[in-house]
Amino acid sequence: MKKHLPWILCAGFAVWFLSTLVGPTDKGLAWEQLARIPVVNGGRHQPFESLARNALVQIRDRYSHYDLAEERTVTAVEWLAEVLFDNERASHRKVFRVDHPELVSLLKLPLKNDEKDPAKREDGKHYSWAQIISEENVAALQRESERVSAKESSQQNAFDQAVRKLSSALSLYNGLQSSARPRDVQNYGQFLSQFARSLDSGATLRETLRAKYAGKEIPKDNNDPLLRIGGQVLVAADRESESGERTPSKIPLLLPPDGTEDWSRVNSRLAAIRGGELLPRALLAWANLGDSFAARDTNRFNAELRDYGDWVRTTFPADADHAANEVFFNRMAPFYAAMTIYVVALLLALAYWFNFEGWIREASFSLVGLAFTIHTVGLIYRMVLQGRPPVTNLYSSAIFIGWGAIGLGMVLERFWKNAIGLVVGSFLGFVTLVIAHNLALDGDTMEMMRAVLDTNFWLATHVVIVTLGYASTFVAGFLAIVYVLRGVFSRGLDAATQRAMARMVYGIICFATLFSFTGTVLGGIWADQSWGRFWGWDAKENGALIIVLWNALILHARWGGIVRERGIMNLAIAGNIVTSWSWFGVNMLGVGLHSYGFLNGAFQTLAAFVISQLVLIGLGCLPLRYWRSFAGNSSASATSNRPTGVKPGRTTTATA
Amino acid sequence: MSAKVRSAPTVVKEPGVKTSAPESPSTLPIWKRLLSPLSSLRLTVLLLAFGVLVVFFGTLAQTDDGLYLAQNRYFRSWFSTWSPLSEGWRWIVLPLPGGYLLGVLLLANLVAAHAVRFKFTWKKSGILLSHLGVVLLLVGQLATDMLARESRMTFTEGEWRNYSEDFSACELAVISDAPGDNMAEVVAIPDRFLRTGETIREDRLPFSVRISQWLPNSEPIFRAPRATNGPPQATQGISQRFDFISVPETHKMDEKNVQTAIVELTDAGGKSLGSWALSVWAGEPAMAKSARTSWFRRFSRGDAGGEDSQARSLAGQLYTFLTAPQTVTVGGKPYTLTLRPKRYYQPFTLQLIKSTHEVYRGTDIPKNFQSRVLIDNPSRHERREVNIYMNNPLRYAGLTYFQYQMGRDEFFSSPVAHSVLQVVKNPSWLTPYVGCALVAGGLLVQFSIHLTLFVRRRVAA
Repeated sequence: MKKHLPWILCAGFAVWFLSTLVGPTDKGLAWEQLARIPVVNGGRHQPFESLARNALVQIRDRYSHYDLAEERTVTAVEWLAEVLFDNERASHRKVFRVDHPELVSLLKLPLKNDEKDPAKREDGKHYSWAQIISEENVAALQRESERVSAKESSQQNAFDQAVRKLSSALSLYNGLQSSARPRDVQNYGQFLSQFARSLDSGATLRETLRAKYAGKEIPKDNNDPLLRIGGQVLVAADRESESGERTPSKIPLLLPPDGTEDWSRVNSRLAAIRGGELLPRALLAWANLGDSFAARDTNRFNAELRDYGDWVRTTFPADADHAANEVFFNRMAPFYAAMTIYVVALLLALAYWFNFEGWIREASFSLVGLAFTIHTVGLIYRMVLQGRPPVTNLYSSAIFIGWGAIGLGMVLERFWKNAIGLVVGSFLGFVTLVIAHNLALDGDTMEMMRAVLDTNFWLATHVVIVTLGYASTFVAGFLAIVYVLRGVFSRGLDAATQRAMARMVYGIICFATLFSFTGTVLGGIWADQSWGRFWGWDAKENGALIIVLWNALILHARWGGIVRERGIMNLAIAGNIVTSWSWFGVNMLGVGLHSYGFLNGAFQTLAAFVISQLVLIGLGCLPLRYWRSFAGNSSASATSNRPTGVKPGRTTTATA
Repeated sequence: MSAKVRSAPTVVKEPGVKTSAPESPSTLPIWKRLLSPLSSLRLTVLLLAFGVLVVFFGTLAQTDDGLYLAQNRYFRSWFSTWSPLSEGWRWIVLPLPGGYLLGVLLLANLVAAHAVRFKFTWKKSGILLSHLGVVLLLVGQLATDMLARESRMTFTEGEWRNYSEDFSACELAVISDAPGDNMAEVVAIPDRFLRTGETIREDRLPFSVRISQWLPNSEPIFRAPRATNGPPQATQGISQRFDFISVPETHKMDEKNVQTAIVELTDAGGKSLGSWALSVWAGEPAMAKSARTSWFRRFSRGDAGGEDSQARSLAGQLYTFLTAPQTVTVGGKPYTLTLRPKRYYQPFTLQLIKSTHEVYRGTDIPKNFQSRVLIDNPSRHERREVNIYMNNPLRYAGLTYFQYQMGRDEFFSSPVAHSVLQVVKNPSWLTPYVGCALVAGGLLVQFSIHLTLFVRRRVAA
């Protein structure tokens, strides 16, 4: 039985993963159809679902919303449909996450309660647009965000960051509200036909209004619907065409090219229509969708969606395919699946150390293999979707570091078969995917590359190699942690394991040196190609240089006999600090060319990590008589070559 | 069911203690004995550790000092000190070696180690190769540091340039007509001579220049007519309309210091010819234009759109005042005075044909910056057009032109686009390429040798 356990376990997880690929079938409104409708946002072609997910995650920190009053989960697609077409309903969804207690009290928001009536329930963390947007609150938020924006990002405290986050969430929501139809339009279809009729022949909205009110006083009561709503359209269109500080990039482009050169936003498109022209097909579709959604007319909504979907698929097959593929990718959530399996594999590998049963290690190994396959599939799928090498931003660097670490861990495991490579690999895989998950909360993770980064050659060489350098330095560091922890707290660090680990760490550091050096210098060459200087002492460049210097230091210290096994382990743990500094620390300085995005709240995490590593180095420096693995032996045993004919694992289980 | 823990019960040499046993010192030739302390691996490790510290603190200091200053203090120096940023901790002073000192010592250590200890074997060929690469990188960086020069070339579409301008240094130029068609004689005084109280005499000028005030960074303030704002800073020229006030020097990457000099000219007989306010605000077109744009913004702020034309004409007028030429006539010959960015001339011209600035649809994310440029070089009989864009520079006549920035002068209702090229002269630009290839190749060879040996042993075991 035990012989087959690894395979049963592995097959079980594989089935679980594959089962998530089958999408839910729609009952009622055709959400799955809506999810696949292509749109453009942030310059990127994407499905409606990605727009919805990335917006919701910026507002709520989650990809879906659990509604306390309705006691059910609202998907991102459903939520966005409400925001676009049913303002009233959307404005009462408690999707805005407000964590900071002082911000909650500033805005006089209700605290957590346990009301029996679901409609009155509050969780003290999430609030609705209607709850937040009172006149008083808008003024207070305005005042606070003006104060905050005058501060440098490194000077902002937790409250300031909470203000900034909420303000940007509100402005994102506000932009979305009027992105499918002009503000204050109730019956969209009726408005459109009225709009088209009231334009002078051959004239745009602006020209029509000018002609109509030329020399006349504009009526105060605003009974003219063309003036009332048309005015809103023009204001919105003007804002959409603006660039600079008040960038409209948060408003998605819903209308595919149709008599226009490129994708366009609804208000801008309305402002450009001339009297007598046919209304764009897509505009009519969004209007019908909106009206039938607001009226909860499922049949009409689904029929319109089917029509529009068919039209898009035949007219813009590439965009439609891309959108459908991305929806599939969102559904697959490969990194989430891999993360889950890594945890199970990690627990199994750890269990193996306490109970040396071969099948446990084999099970762990096969699960790591399965998760690594899913991880790889995800990585490749992303690359194909984006048309880019694997690492394009901080988020994808985390995913790639995890991937590299797992790969190295599996290679180590194949040689040594002592579960150490599995523990280190699956631990790093899990942690980096958690980090990636948190980085994704900032919004779209496949954003377009700025001009200077828009070169697949350098992204594929410099970025990939330097990231592998990070990964291997981390692997060496975590191997060293295993050495110290096992040595100090267990009797498992026998001479054979010691020797094996010393070799692993040394070999990995050699790799790390090669990768980090080559990657860093390739970065210099890229800089020489794009700015004319090989080395500019930029913060991120310096971070990479420190890793190279540190790895070189370890190698030279070893070659010179200045440090021995334990010294190398401690230096390798310090390598974790050096690498995390280069990976995240320098981005927090807010200087230099690579400072893409200040990381809110990440500073505390980094500081805690550094402290933990220092504690581990402290443990590693303890005199050997305090190490359980060496207690009772002479202090020299750590470096002696005690022949070990006995099976050391057995003794561990006996005492553990 | 039995757990298999592989162990090799043979006696294995402890890794890390394989120091090459040196020959006993007395048998060594004298030069080796002298060099041996310099060649030790302990020194290497110490230097690398200091390298880590210097790079770390040099990076931290950038938050406060800015890139340029921090670079000079920590990396282009022999010694430096670091102190924490917060006021209460300023008394902590950490002495550090500078980048030059570390570089030179590392180089010496490396060369000495190879001279004293190293014996060539194929097994160590990778180490030799990669160390050779490191030497090249260190030497190359030093050469770059001493020989490279960065400057900028700013032009709008249709304009041509046969010079580039320094980003920070300026010069006081005295321009007069020279015999010959369209030629001017320029006497340029570098800014290192421009210090409060200095007097500059130059044979080719019929007057001497006394710097009565030197402002390393300044701002122009318009002297409102009939307002009581004290006497002008000088007696002639734009000083009648503008005061230049001193502002703190900036070290930020995206800001620059704009210098102003108040000068007094004296003729050969010792008679004063008057005093002038010379400012980079007036002498550098880009700065004058940015002043115009900010005036325009200030005047039009809060007003309805209709007031724009008034604000525009007012700002335009101030701009005309600011950039009015300042001349002094001596012996019947006019001399134009200007303070402008230091110029580097080149024996050919570049003309901006077209600048393209693309963003991703519906965003401000830049997609492409591109300048189409005409190279006109009569000495080589060359006249051709070329595209310069991100990651695709133009290498020409020992100079490299990079697409650096693009901008629009938003003062005009139909904005005029300009392009800024970064111009780099770096004779040793190739060394890092070769150095990198050597180190990477060397490491690859060395580690492959290790790896094959290891795998072979593993398989045999």
